[in-house]
Amino acid sequence: MSRIAGRFAQLQEAGRTALVPYLTAGDPEPAATVPLLHTLVQAGADLIELGVPFSDPMADGPVIQAACERALAHQVRLRDVLDMAAEFRNDDAETPLILMGYTNPIVAMGVGTFAEQAAQAGVDGVLVVDLPPEEADTIRQALIDHELDEIFLLAPTTTETRIRQICGQAKGFLYYVSLRGTTGADRLDMEDVAERMKCIRTHATLPVGIGFGIKDADSAAHAAELADAVVVGSALIDRIQAATDPHAAATELLQDLRAGIDTADRPGGAS
Amino acid sequence: MPHASFPGGYRWPDAEGHFEEYGGRFVAETLIRPLDELAAVYREAREDAAFWQAFEEDLAHYVGRPSPLYFAQRLSRENGGAQIWLKREDLNHTGAHKINNTVGQAMLAKRMGKTRIIAETGAGQHGVASATVSARLGLQCVVYMGSEDIERQAPNVYRMKMLGAEVIPVTSGSRTLKDALNEALRDWVTHVENTFYIIGSVAGPAPYPEMVRDFQAIIGREARHQVQEQAGRLPDLLVACVGGGSNAIGLFHPFLDDPDVRMLGVEAAGLGLETGQHAAPLARGRAGVLHGNRTYLMEDEAGQILATHSVSAGLDYPGVGPEHALLKDLGRVEYTSATDEEALQAFHLLTRTEGIIPALESAHAIAGALQAAREMPESAIVVVNLSGRGDKDIDAVARREGLSL
Repeated sequence: MSRIAGRFAQLQEAGRTALVPYLTAGDPEPAATVPLLHTLVQAGADLIELGVPFSDPMADGPVIQAACERALAHQVRLRDVLDMAAEFRNDDAETPLILMGYTNPIVAMGVGTFAEQAAQAGVDGVLVVDLPPEEADTIRQALIDHELDEIFLLAPTTTETRIRQICGQAKGFLYYVSLRGTTGADRLDMEDVAERMKCIRTHATLPVGIGFGIKDADSAAHAAELADAVVVGSALIDRIQAATDPHAAATELLQDLRAGIDTADRPGGAS
Repeated sequence: MPHASFPGGYRWPDAEGHFEEYGGRFVAETLIRPLDELAAVYREAREDAAFWQAFEEDLAHYVGRPSPLYFAQRLSRENGGAQIWLKREDLNHTGAHKINNTVGQAMLAKRMGKTRIIAETGAGQHGVASATVSARLGLQCVVYMGSEDIERQAPNVYRMKMLGAEVIPVTSGSRTLKDALNEALRDWVTHVENTFYIIGSVAGPAPYPEMVRDFQAIIGREARHQVQEQAGRLPDLLVACVGGGSNAIGLFHPFLDDPDVRMLGVEAAGLGLETGQHAAPLARGRAGVLHGNRTYLMEDEAGQILATHSVSAGLDYPGVGPEHALLKDLGRVEYTSATDEEALQAFHLLTRTEGIIPALESAHAIAGALQAAREMPESAIVVVNLSGRGDKDIDAVARREGLSL
């Protein structure tokens, strides 16, 4: 069982919804990332998404764009992100780590080399934002060869036929992009999300996470009523960026979100 | 009968929008359905004779087509070698080839019931062309433009505003065309319900490269007819500048199955290929993924997209249409480059010898054509796509020469 599947099984047993924070690697500087990842775990992160900075993050809103630019000002490359993952993994054998990023840096490294080194670094899953399943053949085989979970996005615009196809290919968990728009957008229509989640649940055997639009205890609680995992990215980066003590700020936000999530009624039919 | 260049005829892209290993649809999941819908509407329109008839009528009466094919005799004599003929896209309404594509895409927007148009622009020509067709059809129009380009192309910014478009400055990344494209894609993701994204080049995710090519291919169809009519035969060489590459594909495509017609694409060599300060991915880049398709890119060894440089905002782009990537690999089109300096010399030479002020983008094609023509006999025919007029560039040219207007 992969570390991701294992973690979701544990959570399921404990009746808990996963809290999944996202950070852009190397933001605001390379040395900050690994200590922040450990802080996130201490503050209640169940899984972690680590963003690979890219010069042209076309699916991201202003907060993550700025995070990418700060990281790239320090020349943070995919290779460096894998080093950070390995360093994190040295002290944390349990928390699943998912790399999230764009196709081009992976292609530049070479798909096979990337998969091999990511697996060696202790990465568990890979989500490539601009790589829909029909373009993912080459990377898929490399990820399978190295036992990395290939994680896919589902969007409000995804048709039911396509939801079924993607559910058939995805590993680890499914990530529902809960609104139209880029990361960090702030309009979350819970009724619409509930409707879509119902449809996804009829096809999904994997856990389903909700991301995009989660920023406080309230939105986290709403998402947790529908999902097996709640992802927070832009709101976390914002807090860290504004704080004099990033560790305290990250801890405070994650504890708020955790409290929100724990007040929610878990989705009864998740299994 | 001459043998065909491609057995069975030129056949790309495939049904999924792949030009062999190039092209495709590398976008976030949210955009898949809008792209599917667009592809379906375009497939249907393409089979609809009434659609093409309406398109050609608009091109005739609104754009002013056919654009002339003009034998530039003084330029040819001054340069020596082959005859240089100019396909006068600069005489189109709004002053460049960009309008051909925006007329076509706006018709699709109407067909889909979209009420809002978005576009990205570099030199501003595509932005102006998008604002123009939006004004004509009563559609809301938002144009994304890098803040650096806004500075370089002030007259076009004002034109767009007069036409009723909102021009949104893009301050992320390198603040040029590539960042404007990122921002337009973000807008589209957020407003897919009512918004039609008019991409201005043969770039972006499928079906854009194919669709834009089909709208621009009017250039080559006309030129093919005109050169036979006026010179009595097919040309020996076609030349066009290549940024994203829509004017080049538009000229080249109808000739791809003519094996005796050579083709030359001219990229922007900026300060010189050896300086790294250029916009010539076909010359110096490698294959990667940007803006929804796989193509040649200017990138560093870690796969980060590099800032490009060209005196011409319209060529200042780190990628190139995926069909050009294929045509390069197949060896069907040869690609070369012209520096800022060479383009400026060509700009002045054409202006002085023919009384035609070319866009700085098109001046790159002229520079490439002048060089190629010198190696060819006087009887040879070179057709150059004069893709746009230079009025928008006179400030920039004057500034480079230390003048202020």
